[in-house]
Formats: sequence, C-alpha cells, structure tokens
Amino acid sequence: MKNSSGTAREKGTDLLKVRNLHVEGFSDERWHPIVRGVDLSLKRGEVLGLIGESGAGKSTIGLAAMGYAKPGCRITQGSVLFDGVDLLSMTEARRRRLRGSRIAYVAQSAAAWFNPAHRLLDQTVETAVAHGIASRDKANSDAIDLYRRLQLPEPESIGFRYPHQVSGGQLQRAMTAMAMACRPDLIVFDEPTTALDVTTQVEVLASIRRIVEDFNTAAIYVTHDLAVVAQMADRIMVLRHGQTVEEADTRQMLTAPAQEYTRTLWAVRKLAKPEIQTHDHILSIDNVTAAYAGRVKVLVDVSIKVPRGRTVAVVGESGSGKSTLARVVTGLLPAISGSISFDAKPLPLSLKERSKDLLRRIQMIYQSPDSALNPRQTVEEIIARPLEFYLGLKGQQRDRRIAELMHMIEMDEGFLDRLPGELSGGQKQRICLARALAANPELIICDEVTSALDQIVQEEMLTLLMRLQRELGISYIFITHDIATVRAIADEVVVMHQGKVVEQGLKTEILTPPHAAYTELLLSSVPEMDPDWLTTLLARRKNQGIASAAG
Amino acid sequence: MTSAEPVIQTTGAPRVKRTRRSRMRIALKKAPLSAWFGMGVTLCYILVALFAPLIAPYRETQVFSEAFAPWSHEFMFGTDQLGRDMLTRLIYGARNTIGIAFATTTISFTAGVTLGLLAAMYRGWPDQLLSRAVDVLMSIPSLIFALMLLSIFGSSITSLVLIIALLDSTRMFRLARAVGLNVVVMDFVEVAQLRGEGPAWILRREILPNILPPLIAEFGLRFCFVFLTIAALSFLGVGIQPPSADWGSMVRENATLITYGDVTPLLPAGAIALLTVAVNFVVDWVLHSTSGLRDEK
Amino acid sequence: MLAKRAARAADGAPLGIRMRVNPVAKTVLQRLGLGLVTLFIVSIIIFSAIAMLPGDFAKATLGQSATPETVAALQHEIGLDRPPIQRYFSWIGKMAQGDFGSSFASRTGYRRTVAEIIAPRLYNTMFLAVMTALVAVPLALGLGILAALYRNSWFDRLVNTVTLTTISFPEFFVAYILAFLIISRDTFAGTQFAQSLPVWLAVSINWTLNVVPKFPTLANISDQTPFWEHVWRAALPSITLTLVIVAHMMRMTRAAIINMLSSPYIDMARLKGMRPMVIVLRHALPNAWAPIVTVVAFNLAYLIVGVVVVEVVFVYPGVGQLMVDAVKSRDVPVVQACALVFAATYILLNLIADIISIATNPRLLHPR
Repeated sequence: MKNSSGTAREKGTDLLKVRNLHVEGFSDERWHPIVRGVDLSLKRGEVLGLIGESGAGKSTIGLAAMGYAKPGCRITQGSVLFDGVDLLSMTEARRRRLRGSRIAYVAQSAAAWFNPAHRLLDQTVETAVAHGIASRDKANSDAIDLYRRLQLPEPESIGFRYPHQVSGGQLQRAMTAMAMACRPDLIVFDEPTTALDVTTQVEVLASIRRIVEDFNTAAIYVTHDLAVVAQMADRIMVLRHGQTVEEADTRQMLTAPAQEYTRTLWAVRKLAKPEIQTHDHILSIDNVTAAYAGRVKVLVDVSIKVPRGRTVAVVGESGSGKSTLARVVTGLLPAISGSISFDAKPLPLSLKERSKDLLRRIQMIYQSPDSALNPRQTVEEIIARPLEFYLGLKGQQRDRRIAELMHMIEMDEGFLDRLPGELSGGQKQRICLARALAANPELIICDEVTSALDQIVQEEMLTLLMRLQRELGISYIFITHDIATVRAIADEVVVMHQGKVVEQGLKTEILTPPHAAYTELLLSSVPEMDPDWLTTLLARRKNQGIASAAG
Repeated sequence: MTSAEPVIQTTGAPRVKRTRRSRMRIALKKAPLSAWFGMGVTLCYILVALFAPLIAPYRETQVFSEAFAPWSHEFMFGTDQLGRDMLTRLIYGARNTIGIAFATTTISFTAGVTLGLLAAMYRGWPDQLLSRAVDVLMSIPSLIFALMLLSIFGSSITSLVLIIALLDSTRMFRLARAVGLNVVVMDFVEVAQLRGEGPAWILRREILPNILPPLIAEFGLRFCFVFLTIAALSFLGVGIQPPSADWGSMVRENATLITYGDVTPLLPAGAIALLTVAVNFVVDWVLHSTSGLRDEK
Repeated sequence: MLAKRAARAADGAPLGIRMRVNPVAKTVLQRLGLGLVTLFIVSIIIFSAIAMLPGDFAKATLGQSATPETVAALQHEIGLDRPPIQRYFSWIGKMAQGDFGSSFASRTGYRRTVAEIIAPRLYNTMFLAVMTALVAVPLALGLGILAALYRNSWFDRLVNTVTLTTISFPEFFVAYILAFLIISRDTFAGTQFAQSLPVWLAVSINWTLNVVPKFPTLANISDQTPFWEHVWRAALPSITLTLVIVAHMMRMTRAAIINMLSSPYIDMARLKGMRPMVIVLRHALPNAWAPIVTVVAFNLAYLIVGVVVVEVVFVYPGVGQLMVDAVKSRDVPVVQACALVFAATYILLNLIADIISIATNPRLLHPR
C-alpha cells in the first residue's frame, strides 16, 4: 500500500505464492471452471489489487489464497504456498491454525458476516484467544486500541454492542479490526467498501489503508472499482473469465495498460458528452412533497425541470429520495402537495387518474433487469405487449415494428424466442429499453439503469441511450449515484440530499467549483483514477478542517 | 465521443421457434427414474379408477356366502367381513377414495389460491381479515376440527368434502398469498401497472405464470395430505360410509384378520401408501425442474 | 421534556401510555395476548357446534324415549332455550372451572360428567405423547443434525429416502405393519408362504422375527396398571408414532440446519480458524434455537393428530379414541371437550415455540 508520502514502502521477502490455481463451482448438476490456472505472488507488506468484472473469479481467488473454497466450490489443481508451506496439501488442523492468526479475511457485507448473536468485542478477540496468542484481557485492550486506530466512535464501549446496533461503515471497520486482531501477515479484503455510500467509503478506505500501513500487513484487495484499487494497491492484477489478463505496478497499469481488454475497462471513465442548454421543458415538477403512508416525508418541496430532448441526471446517496422522485413522477406514489406538469399541461398526480396516452408518453426503466422482465414471457411477448396495448398493432405491422425495435437496441431477431433467463445482464437491460421504446415515449425515467452492469456493458448501454436520444429526441431523467455516469450523459444535474434538492443546473456549473457544501462532500468523495487522489483529498480535508461524519 | 459502428448482439444460432410444449418435452426427457415411476404408478391408479366397472370381476356390493374367505382363484384376495370380493372392493375403492380426495383438493385449491392471490394483490383490510381468519382456523389441528364438524353435520360425502376442503384451503391460501407477495413486489408487475394494465390481466399474465409451478407442486402435496386425511377419517369410521368401497374403511373392517397373521388388510393400506409415495416422487421432480426449465441453453 | 413525552405517546401507544418495556417482554406479551385471543375465538367456534345442531337433534338423540317433556328437558339441558351469548358465557365459565357439562350418552341411566370421562383418558394420552416425545425429539434432532453435517453422504441419502417413504404412509399402515410383524412371530412358520420358501430362508426369517420383543398388540390400560407395565403396553403405539414423527421432524431439522450453516457468519468462523465443534456450539447454536424449537413444536402438534388414529388401532384408552367414539355417537359435549383440549394443547405448544424464538433473538434481546 502506498503510504501517505507517496513513496513505496519497503517490501520484504516472498509471503504468498499461488501457482496454477484451478477452482470449479457446482451448478446445474455439473462442475464449471471458475478459476483457470492463475499464478500470483505477494511479498511481505505488499498490497495486490485483484480487479475484474463479475464472473472473473476474483473473490474465489481471494478465498483460495486462504486455502478455502466456498461450499459448492472446490480447488482442483495448483498450490498455494504461504510462507513456503502449501496450504492445499496440509492437514485441515494446520490450516485452521494459520487462518485467523496469520491470514485473515474481511468480507463485503459485514452485516451478514458478523454473527448476530455475539458482541463485536467477543468476535474481535475470539481468534486471538482461541489460538492462544493473547489472554482475554490483553486481547480486549488490544481490540480497543484497534478500534481507536480505525477511528471508530467510542472505541472503549463500541465493542459491547451487537452487530445490528452499529452502522454499515462502522461494521466494516470493526471487521477490519477483527482481521487485524492477531496481526496477521496477510489480509484478504473482498470488496470491503462496495456496499457503502461514497462519502462513507472514503473514510473506511482511509482507515483501512492507514492500519495496513501501520502494521506492514500484506493484503489482497479484491474489487471491481478501478479508482478504489488505484488508491489501495501497490500492484494490480486484471482478471477475466478466471484467467490473468495482465499484472503490473499500479502507476504503470493506470498509465500504460498493455492489453486491449484492460484499456476497455479504463475507457468508460473517459466517456463524456458536451451539454446543450434548452429552455423548452417537457416536465416540470413544482414544490412537490411526498411521504410513504403516514410516515416521515421522503421528498420535501422538490422542484425540478426537465428540458425536452435532453438528460437530467438526479444524483444522491441512498436515502436521498431520488428513487422516490421516480415513483412520484410515474404516479405510483402520488405527491401530498405540489404539482407536476407534462408538456405544458398539468399531470394528474395519481397513476389511476392518468389517461392511457399519458401513461404511454412517460416510460420507466429499472435498475435490475432481472426483476423488471417477467421470467415466464419471451422477449417477443415482452416487447409486443406495449405495441398491442397502446398502439393496437397486430400481425405483420406488429412484427415489423418488433424487428425495428430490436434493430434499434442492436440485437438480432434470434433473441425473440428467448426467455430473459437465457440472456446476459446487458441484453436484458436492452430488452427493457426496447419495451419502453415500443410505447413511443417522450420521457424515459432511468432508475440506476447501469449500476447492476459491468463497466464495459455500462458503457455500451450509455452509448446506446445517447444515440437513441439524438435520433428520437427522447428526454431522460437519469437517476444515479455515480458521477462518471453523470459526466457521460447529463445535460443538467440535480443534487439531492435527505429528500431535498441541494443544487440544480447545467452539468458544468454543478461539476465545477464552487459547490454547495454537500455537493463538495459528495463530489470530492468519488474516487478518481489518480493513485494519489486519496492522499491528496485527506490532506486537503485536514487543512480545511472538514469534520468527517463518522460512517 | 466516436460513434463507431454499433456491435449487433447476436444469438450465434439460427432462430429456432421454442414453444412451451417443446420446453416441456425437454424437461420430461430429463426426468429421473423416481419421477417416471411416480408418473407411471399415478397413471395406473387413474386408469383403474376410471375403468373400475370394466376391470373389476364382480359388482361393488355383490355379497357371496363366505365371509373372510382365503385367497383363491375365485376370489383373488379373498372376501371381506360381509363376503364381498376383496379385489373388486379394492378396484372400486380407487374410484371412491381418489375421486373424493381429488374433488376436495380441487375445491380447496381453487378457493385458497383465488383468495390468496387477491389478498396478495390488494392487501389492506380484506387481506388482514382473511389472514387472521386463516390463523385461527390453522390453530386447531385439522383432523380434530374435521372430527368436530363431522359430529355436527354427520358423515355424508358432501359434508366430508366441504369440511376437508375448507380446512385445507387455509394452507393453500397461505402459500398462494406468500408466493403471490413475492411476485407482486417484482418490478415487472409495476411495469404492467404503469402501462395501465387492469388487475385481471396482471394476475393472469404477469403473476400466475410465475407461481404456477410451486402451486402445482403444492396441489400434489395437498392431494396427498387430503387423501391421507380422508383415509384416516374413513379408517376411524367417520369418513366415507358403507356400502361404498373405500380403502380406509376396508382396513378397519378387516383389521381382525391381522391377528391371524393374514396380510389382506394391509393391501388397501398399501394401496394408499403407494399412491402417496408416487405423487410425492412426481412433486419432488416438479419442484426441482421448475428452476431447471429456464436454464436449458 | 413533557412535550417530547406527549409526542411520543401520541405516535406509538394507542392507550396513551408508553411504558419503557424491554422489546422481548413486549413481544412476548403481544404473543401471549394473541394466543389468548386465538383460544377465545376457537372456544367460540367450538361452542357454536351446539348452536349449529339440526333442530330435531333432541328428538333424534332421545329416540324411543322422546316425549315432549324429555325433549324440552334436553333442550333446556343443552341450553337451546336461552340466547346464545348468555349460553356461551355460562359454558365458558363452567369450562374454566373444569365443568365440561355432561355426556349425552349417559342421559337415560345415571349422569356422567364429561370431566370424569375425560380425566383418566387425558392422563393416558399425555402418557403416550410424552413417552413418544422423549424418544422421538432427541432421535430426530440427532439424525437431522447428522444428515445436515454429512450432507449428500450415503447416510444422508439413505435417511432421506426412508423418511420420504415413511411420511407418505398413513399412520394406520405403519401401525398394522408393526402389529403384523409381531403377530408373524407366532404365525409365520405355519403360513403357506413360509412353506414355499427354502427351509434355511424360512428359518432365518422366523429367527429374525423372534428377535423382535413380543409387544402387546392391544394396549389394555386401566387405572390400576403399574407404571412400567403401562410403558410396556403403550410401546407399540409409541413406536408407531415415533416412526411417523421422526420422519417429519428429521427432514425439517435437516433443512433448518443446512439453511443456517450456509450463513456467511459460519463461513467467517471457518475463515477465523475455529474448530468445527466451536463453530457448531458457539456460532451456529445460538442462532439455531428459533428454527429448531419451531420444528419441534410443529411436530409435537402433529403428534396430537397422530395420537387419534394410533389410539384407535391399538385400542388404547385415550382422548383420541374417546373423541372418535363420541363423534360416531354424536355426543357433542364430549366432542367439544376433546376438541378444546386438543386445540388448547396445540395453541400452547405453538405459543411456547414462539416465545422461545423471541427470547433467543439477539435483535430483540439487545435493541438499538
């Protein structure tokens, strides 16, 4: 891990050597390869970033480095030499003695990986006591010290809480403390910040980086996020389909990737479009307040204007009310007060009061295409329904239009008889898009439509959405938490926080300083590809004295 | 950005029309031995039940002079306590026992599933009311409840069918409501609502196809349960009443033979057991293959 | 401070009082209340049984001895001449004091109260149920846990196939097979079937059959039966019930344990290098109480149903057999009392299971 001053730490001797690793997983009544012949080596005190898309096998490799295969998986070939001894060929009892004490693990969603029945402290010290490394009292005071180093609030007493009593960011740090309890030589971090909001992520990343440096622990850092891995790793290994694509030092990998595949991974970050200002608004939301049945208000006095034929990106963290905004516009959750007008005419607030034609003109695409497509309907049935329902198309007319739509979303007609389960994630999202297009809509609400997709697929999807906007003049409300996506597609940006609009304006206005305070916090927390970004940010925040909201 | 020629996503295979029937055939081909056994046995039972008068050597209530006659060429499995041919009674028993159980399950399935799905779709007070009523009904063991109701209404076929159907529909209601709720929260249901589809269309086209496999499997399980309950009631003497041939009462009426080491009373009991085992095997396979239907690539 | 308290009272408690109660106590109280309400509604349903009786019931019951006076007397006895609500409360009041009314069947001779008929029977049924549970619960849990730990082993497969078959069998089938085996000890050698077999096979089958203890196939129990004699005579009904219950309970235990062992925190314990015993005892068990207790309660409740059939098969003088006889003779007060006893036991079992689940839930034990 790069230390704060930017110079590489002194590396020791070889700690871990993985040779020709093969892992298989069991599904559909047979064994499938997950990892196919991966080599990997790690020196003491070194941090290796494993990066790749879903299905690349990166988490499986992380676990295999501990000599462990998840239930339903098996290591079929290869060796994992830890400090010169093969983890795979030793007895289970010996492996057990190494695990926890010399190799530790930090999981993605700490909430599920902590045992709900025990206090954090008991779980933190469990390994040290069980392996006879420290007495209970010594382990306890050490744990409190670790909590303090990881900047957990109330380090003296937080250990007496149960996992469900602390927040996600705190749990993730507590899990790091648990891994650190025996001062292991190696920690495997498996996407430790993926489930967190960006503003929380920064602080957890900083805590993890500091403690790993302090104890000179070697680490394998598994993630799909390039910007994150750039902050954490000395070296990066790119994986695809269970095989190594390339491996290099972080800076070299970022500036001069050798492989075409790596370059495509990097590419999405560069996707950007110039904004165009329009004063012709298709949708205007005025002073809207909304709440779920009798509970707290989730949207307070929100006003947003959507320019015709353009894209408004709505940005915010979880709980900001951005998805509720979509439900209010579609009428699923009628606003309590305020008004919405569509194409210069007032739009009834409730779905039930809207005419079929109004419904046709506003369409929506969801985050998870798995849930948005009926798994029992073929692609043809899915796309045909809006054609029949709204436009009354039948027979040849219908078939011709379906063919046109498939062409628009760049898929061939062979897919028409497939069920959604037989398509990839990106293809499914395209079908969702085709279904929305079938209604000839004027406005499409896109709710995090790319966040469930891999980076390359994201880029294809965004490019497709922009091409369709140019050709058909559709307006988009694009709800997202990802600033790179905003850069790629937005004309205007709305920043939301706790149910309120913080800022609103043209993309360049919002994305260039000066910002509103929250926008500043949000934008500055988004990791950048620059390996020095975290170091610089922390230094700047320290100078400015921005109080960190303990995640 | 550069607008490079878009890459068309292709299937890489010629378009093959895949109908529901062809998917079904593929699933059938993969069926394990136990499922084939189950389907075969169930089919035999159904055929025997349908063509009972053609297969049976005698009439259902035909009485011969000798009661408890031993197995012979004339009476393959001997005669019962009144001198009726055991084999004939067994064959007609298939008709009565399976028929009544099937009718009961169908009534309970239809009522339970309809109400359960409506409750899942509309929520609100009707759902609350139905759910609480079901909680109460399920807080009494159904056999006990059935016994109590039968003591009031008497053991006619109609009251038997209606009482068991009522008690059993509670379980169907719960299951249908639970699986219904799982589907109702899916985005594709919301998509249909946003499109402006009516509730009937949503129920029939979006929800039902997704919950049918577990419901059909449950139909099988409920059939077994109803079948066993009716057999138990008949065995206790408060179910299907004489002179109708019925496996449960046949066991009771001929039970004394057991004391002489005669297996005859075990035949109707075995007939009941074999059918439930067979149906269970089929259900097991249906449950397994419903997920498999989708990933045959 | 006051305003805050008032606001809090307004949003939460319908009674206007908001006590600072431990969530466990609160949830347990809620559950107890729900149990009482359920019991109340069930008692109403059972009570309505009388109200639903057909009009000429009194005449039909009295049969030959039906004179206008006796009919009126019986209707008065059942209470058909009073308004239903009044009748319900006097009925439930008497029930609470242990007075279940008197049996219809005893009308002509001397009065027999339902309570005096049921009491010894209830003891017998409880005896059988407890005896079965003592064997079945540990056996099923043990087998279930073993099958879950050695998932997909030959042991697991064997146990699975056997139990899937057993749960498909009606109770009386299992009962008669057992009875048949016992009887075959004496009769096998004389059957045509045995004579058609080779001598060595017939002899060895006979020998195997003789290994089985000669349990009584009819369970003659009276008040005077000594304890161990009672156990001996109730053995066969108990074994039958055990077979049926164990199959169900074992399958459910296995599923519950497998489900829990697949939790990420169990993976974590393995990755922390904990010994298997520690994983099971410290990491799995504290979270397993709720599912296990639910499984046990469900099956004990199932035991109640099984009791009825098995008692009839082995002529065991318990509540189940009593209820079946009463249903046949349409002796409604006895049926009501039996139904109430069964329903109350059933509700109580489920209540206990729920309370244990609540009391072991860390989220409720340690609120935010």
